[in-house]
Amino acid sequence: MVLSELHKGDKAEIVKLKANKTLRDRFASFGILPGEQVVIRECSLAKQTIEVEIGTTIIALRKEEADKIEVETT
Amino acid sequence: MKKIKVALAGQPNVGKSSLVNAISDARLKVGNFSGVTVDKTEVEFVYHDPRQDADYEIHIIDLPGAYSLTDYTIEEKVTKQFLRNDDYDIIVNVVDATNLQRNLLLTTQLMETGRKMIVVLNMMDEAQKEGIEIDAEQLARILGVPVIKASAAQGEGIDALKSAMVEVYEKPQTTAKVIYSDVIEEEIARIVAFLEEKHYRSPIPYRQLAVRLLQEDTDWYKQMHDEPIWIEILPILREGLQHIYLHSETKDLDAIFADEHFAFAKGAKMEVMALHSMRAKNPTQKIDKLLINKFLGIPLFLFFMWALFQLTFTLGAVPMDWIDAGFGWLGEQAHALLGDGILGQVVADGIIAGVGAVVMFLPNILILFLGIALLETTGYMARVAFLLDGFFHKFGLHGKSFIPLVTGFGCTVPAYMAARTLKNERERLITLFILGFMSCGARLPIYVLFAGAFFGQGQAGNILFLIYISGALLGLVMAKMLKTFVFKGEEEPFVMEMPKYRWPSWRLIWHTVYGQALSYLKKAGTFILAASILVWFASNYPRSEAIASTYAARIEHAATPEQKQHLQNEEISAQLEQSYLGRIGKATEPFFAPLGFDWRMSVALEAGLAAKEVVVSTLGVLYAQGDSADEQNGGLIAALRNNISLPAAIAFIVFVMIYLPCFAASAVFTREAGGWKYLVYLFFFTTGTAWVMALLAYHITRVIVGV
Repeated sequence: MVLSELHKGDKAEIVKLKANKTLRDRFASFGILPGEQVVIRECSLAKQTIEVEIGTTIIALRKEEADKIEVETT
Repeated sequence: MKKIKVALAGQPNVGKSSLVNAISDARLKVGNFSGVTVDKTEVEFVYHDPRQDADYEIHIIDLPGAYSLTDYTIEEKVTKQFLRNDDYDIIVNVVDATNLQRNLLLTTQLMETGRKMIVVLNMMDEAQKEGIEIDAEQLARILGVPVIKASAAQGEGIDALKSAMVEVYEKPQTTAKVIYSDVIEEEIARIVAFLEEKHYRSPIPYRQLAVRLLQEDTDWYKQMHDEPIWIEILPILREGLQHIYLHSETKDLDAIFADEHFAFAKGAKMEVMALHSMRAKNPTQKIDKLLINKFLGIPLFLFFMWALFQLTFTLGAVPMDWIDAGFGWLGEQAHALLGDGILGQVVADGIIAGVGAVVMFLPNILILFLGIALLETTGYMARVAFLLDGFFHKFGLHGKSFIPLVTGFGCTVPAYMAARTLKNERERLITLFILGFMSCGARLPIYVLFAGAFFGQGQAGNILFLIYISGALLGLVMAKMLKTFVFKGEEEPFVMEMPKYRWPSWRLIWHTVYGQALSYLKKAGTFILAASILVWFASNYPRSEAIASTYAARIEHAATPEQKQHLQNEEISAQLEQSYLGRIGKATEPFFAPLGFDWRMSVALEAGLAAKEVVVSTLGVLYAQGDSADEQNGGLIAALRNNISLPAAIAFIVFVMIYLPCFAASAVFTREAGGWKYLVYLFFFTTGTAWVMALLAYHITRVIVGV
C-alpha cells in the first residue's frame, strides 16, 4: 500500500521509500523515513495534494511523491 | 580586540531573523551571497565579556534557512557551501523548541562539520504554552555543545548567547560528538586506533576523519590518496564498510547515514523532551480545518485576494487625494516662484508633475505589499501552495510558483528573484516567462487612471479585480503552451513544510513594507524622474516658430474667448505633433493603429518600457498640456475620456497588462533566466501576445458597444 491510497484521518507506518536520491534526501530532512508514523491531515480536491503529519511537522506532498512512500496502516 | 565570526544556521521558520533583530545595538548589513542573489543579512556588535575582561567584535552572518545540508534548494546549497568553504569561527544553530526532533537532524549534520558550535533553543515561550519541557543541560551533555534557551520574540536568552559565543570561541576545538549505532562506532574505533598507532598527522581529530572516510567523503579520499598510509588504511575501510552493509538493508552510504542522523536526533529528543499536556488540537490544526478545507479553501483564498484588492483601491484613495492636491499646490508655487519661462516649465510641468504622478500611487502600493507580507509571515502562503498545486501543476507550474506569481502583483523585480525557490529549471523558466502577466504595482496607476476615467469610481474596484484576474489566467494559459511546446522535461517533486500559523511580527512586516516602499520611491526619484524630464523635453522640443506665428495671428483675430481657447489648444496639439516625442509616436503609429491607439498612446507605451510609472506621467504631459488652458476640463481623467474611445481604452489596458515589464525587471529577468537571449525571447513573446490580445479586445468591445 502506498501513502496516496490513504484517506483523511488514516494513520500508517512508513515501510519503504522508493524514491531517487534527491527525493530521498528531501524526505529524510523532514523525517520521512521507514518506521515513522504518519497521519493524513487533509487531501485537496481530486487528491492532487496530500497534507500529512509526521511527528510535530506538517508536510504537503503531491500525489506523485506520495506514491513513492510504501506504508502499512496501523 | 578579538574578532569572532559566527555562522547562524537553522531550518526555515525557526526565528533566525527575529533573533538577529533581537540583538540590540548591532549594525545591520543587508546584501547578497556572492554569485547568487540569496539575501544575506549580517550584524556586527561589540561585546564586553566580564570573565575574560575583554572586548570582542562579534560578526554574525545569517545563513539562509536549510532543512538539511543538501543541494535541494538554492538556499540549502548556499548554506552548505558557506559552512564548508568560508572562513568563520563558530556555528550558532537555531533550533525551534516546538519542533525539536526535525530540527536536531540539521544539528547532527552541523556537528559533523567539526566546527565549534552552540545550539539555541528558540521559541521556548511557545514550547511552554504547548506543554513541552526540554532539559537543556541534558541536551548539552548529549550533543557535547552548549545549549542556550531563548525566545527571540521576547528578547530572552540573548545575553546568555553572547557570553556563550565567547566561551566557545576561546575553546581549542569542538566538543560536539554525534553518537552512531554500535556497528559504525565499532568501525570508527578501529580506524581511530589505527591512526593513533601510526601517529598520523591529521588536520582534524581522528574521530572526525574516521567518520568522513566511512561516509566516503570525496574530498578526504582525494586528500589522503597520495599519502603512504593510504594503502594500509584501505583494507580496514573496505572491511569496515562491508561490516556496515551487513547490518543495513542498503549499500547506499547516504541512506545509511541519514538513518543514523535521524536515530540520533530521535534518541536525543526522547531523552530530553517531556510533553506535559497533550492538547486535543492546537490552533494551527483548527485554522487549517477551515483554510485548507477541500471545498472552502479556494473560495476563501479568492475572497482574501479580492478583499486585498478592494482595500488597496478604496482605502488607498484617501491619501491619494491629499498627495494629488499637495503636488498640485507645489506646481503652482513653482510657477509663481520661477515664472512661466523654461525653468518654471521644467520644474513645475516636468519634475514636480512627473514625481507627483509617481508618489500619488504610493498608498496603493503600500497596502498591497502589506497584504502580501501578511500572507507570508502568518504561514498562509504555504497553505496556498498546498491548495493550488493541484491546479498549477496542470499548467506546468508548481504550487510554489504561486509565491513568485503573487509577489509579481507587487513588483516584478522581487518576483523574478522569488522564482528561485523553484528547483526545477523548466518550471522556473516557465514561471519567469509568465510572471510579467501578473500586473505589478507600477501598472496599477495606469489601470486606476483608465478604470476611473472609463468606468467611474464606483466600478473601478471591480474592473481592477477583473484586470488582475484575467492577466493571471492568461499567464496560466501561456504557461501551459510553454510547457507543451517549449520547455519539456522532468518535474520538481513537491514536498514542503506547512509552518505553524503565527501572529505576524510587526517589526518584520514593517521592514518588508518599508523596504519595498523605499525601493519604489528610489526608482521614482531617479529613474522615473529622469524619464519624466526626458519625456517632457521630447514633447516640448523642437518648437516650430512657423506654427507659433500662424496661431499667434489667428488667436489675435479670434472673435470670442471660446474660439481663442480652442485655437490655443490646437496650437499646443500641433506643436506636440511635430516634437521629438510626436515624431516617435507617428513613426510607430502604423504598428499600433489596428489597436485603435493614437500617437499619444503609442508614445506613452514606448516610454513605459523604461518604467510603467512613466506611462501615466507621459499621458499627463501629453494631454494635460492641451487642456492646461481650459479650466473646465479639470484633469487627466477628463482629457482621456474626451480623446480616447472605449474600445481603444480597453485595448490599451490589455496591452499594458501583457507587454514587457520595466527596464529594471528586464535586467533582473535576464540574470535569473541566464542570458540575454532569454530577454529577446521575452520581448517577442510578450509584445506579440500583447498586440494580438489588444487587437481582440479592441474589436470585441467595438462589436459589444456598437461603435
